[in-house]
Amino acid sequence: MNPLSVLKNDRGGQIFLGLLLLVAVSVPILNLVVPEGHPLHLSTYTVTLTGKYLTYALLALAVDLVWGYLGILSLGHGAFFALGGYAMGMYLMRQIGDRGVYGNPELPDFMVFLNWQELPWFWHGFDQFWFAALMVMLVPGLLAFVFGWLAFRSRVTGVYLSIITQALTYALMLAFFRNEMGFGGNNGLTDFKDILGFDLQSDATRIGLFLASAIALALAYLACRYIVNSRLGRVAVAVRDAESRTRFIGYRVERVKLALFTFSAVLAGIAGALYVPQVGIINPGEFSPLNSIELVIWVAVGGRATLYGAVAGALMVNYGKTYFTAALPDMWLFALGGLFVLVTLFLPRGVTGLLRRKEATA
Amino acid sequence: MSALENFRETWRRDRVWDFMVSTSGMRLDISHGTILYLEGVSVSFDGFKAIDDLNLYIDAGELRCIIGPNGAGKTTMMDIITGKTRPDSGTAWFGQSIDLLRLSEPQIAELGIGRKFQKPTVFEQHSVFENLELAMAGDKRVWPTLRASLNGEQKDRIQEILETIGLQEHVQQRAGSLSHGQKQWLEIGMLLMQDPHLLLVDEPVAGMTHQEMDRTAELLTSLAGRHSVVVEHDMDFVRSIANKVTVLHQGSVLAEGSMDEVQNDPRVVEVYLG
Repeated sequence: MNPLSVLKNDRGGQIFLGLLLLVAVSVPILNLVVPEGHPLHLSTYTVTLTGKYLTYALLALAVDLVWGYLGILSLGHGAFFALGGYAMGMYLMRQIGDRGVYGNPELPDFMVFLNWQELPWFWHGFDQFWFAALMVMLVPGLLAFVFGWLAFRSRVTGVYLSIITQALTYALMLAFFRNEMGFGGNNGLTDFKDILGFDLQSDATRIGLFLASAIALALAYLACRYIVNSRLGRVAVAVRDAESRTRFIGYRVERVKLALFTFSAVLAGIAGALYVPQVGIINPGEFSPLNSIELVIWVAVGGRATLYGAVAGALMVNYGKTYFTAALPDMWLFALGGLFVLVTLFLPRGVTGLLRRKEATA
Repeated sequence: MSALENFRETWRRDRVWDFMVSTSGMRLDISHGTILYLEGVSVSFDGFKAIDDLNLYIDAGELRCIIGPNGAGKTTMMDIITGKTRPDSGTAWFGQSIDLLRLSEPQIAELGIGRKFQKPTVFEQHSVFENLELAMAGDKRVWPTLRASLNGEQKDRIQEILETIGLQEHVQQRAGSLSHGQKQWLEIGMLLMQDPHLLLVDEPVAGMTHQEMDRTAELLTSLAGRHSVVVEHDMDFVRSIANKVTVLHQGSVLAEGSMDEVQNDPRVVEVYLG
């Protein structure tokens, strides 16, 4: 089967993937081929910034799948993102080897600093990329599976579920702040040197990470679109709109929720793993409940239950954030709050909803 | 009972835990001509006896009407049959061999008991066609649902049901934009898609116009024979179906028989008028 056939009736998706392809091709060219000083030259900073946005877009996609289509308002998806990030961060820490400040070949710097004598058991294996890559998906997936199994089986729904997810990410944040956890405490993991043998500071590696993010986003979009187009996707919407009715016609609602929630958490974990090498640090702040709320705003601004809307929302809000925090640092939180109020009041279907309505009337 | 006896009873060798009961080997057995047995069923909520020693038998292919004043236990009875409520005592058997009290709601639905609620609940964001597709009998586990596609036979089946419920012209319409009566018919269609042996229908004509009522009566009558149907409603509508009627009162059966018999029963008259 041609994987692109899932886009047949998805104009927004065609446009989005077309644009993504365009960006993925032009950004490396503008950065590597166009000489510095030329007005069209893109700085490596911009490349990395764009790459970071793409991982945010992937995260927003994950949230849209469970919120837009399944009706689960998760206010804790930042936790899965951060866990994926930590798994990648641990691999990057192990890659430092003896190039750390303390020059200890066995232990990461923060463990030397804490006077630890040997590597904790859960750090073993993270010097292998394949192992870390597996954990990037497995740890968030497993947490989502166990959490979801308990929550959905007890039929916890609506605002209660949102609050529990919020508590989940908050609890993880507090736990990761502790030095005894063995994840670097409040400083987190940083001072990364290279990934798979490539220098993280070099332009080529930056471009590579950017491309990896773009590819991951495109594949995740196709996967989500495939799910949404399938009968399972229609069952998900049915669960969102009339849960007990869906149960009555014989679907095991808990399992549908569990499967999609876990898949979504895995996507969020992958997003986190791509995010960390590009920003160069992961710390417990990523678990902050605020982050999870903010990413729900991205999806709301872009438009729920469209998938491409989530991507658009993530890019727009984050571009706005980068702009406002630089130009008017004090204004950003007001702008974000105002944006949410405006969208809720005037654009319940988000920015893409506005475009679709125009298309419908035209 | 001593703790030891309790323990022995709990861990008997022939014990099969409810959650481990598999429906895969279960076959509906109606060799004795009866599809549903409710015997000695009682259930109370906070001391209020909603159902009190209820005995009810439904024949295969029968169209049975259940009437009774408010609070007679009609809805609770349907809750028990569909597994939503567990009775405090009594038995509920589906055919000769299936014990309903040990099965979960989805399992019961899968075995062929469909229920239509009073308020029409269709999937508003889906089209009429998709509503029927979702309700179709088949493997409803997550992975098969993800990979599912419609074959010709299934499309024919959906078409057939569309004709039965008279919504052919609205196939692609969003279910949310249908009229009240059309939603009710769509919901009956969704029940039929599951190839049910037994249909439970809660107040199907509440809020309908007269034409819609007639159309619904016709539809329900046409279903009897192939399916067993239990309709719960008020006197007026039940008279138009004219079939075997059971009157419930205070959680148990007050009278049973044809409409005329029931109407002339002094106890029924007293309950309804007195």
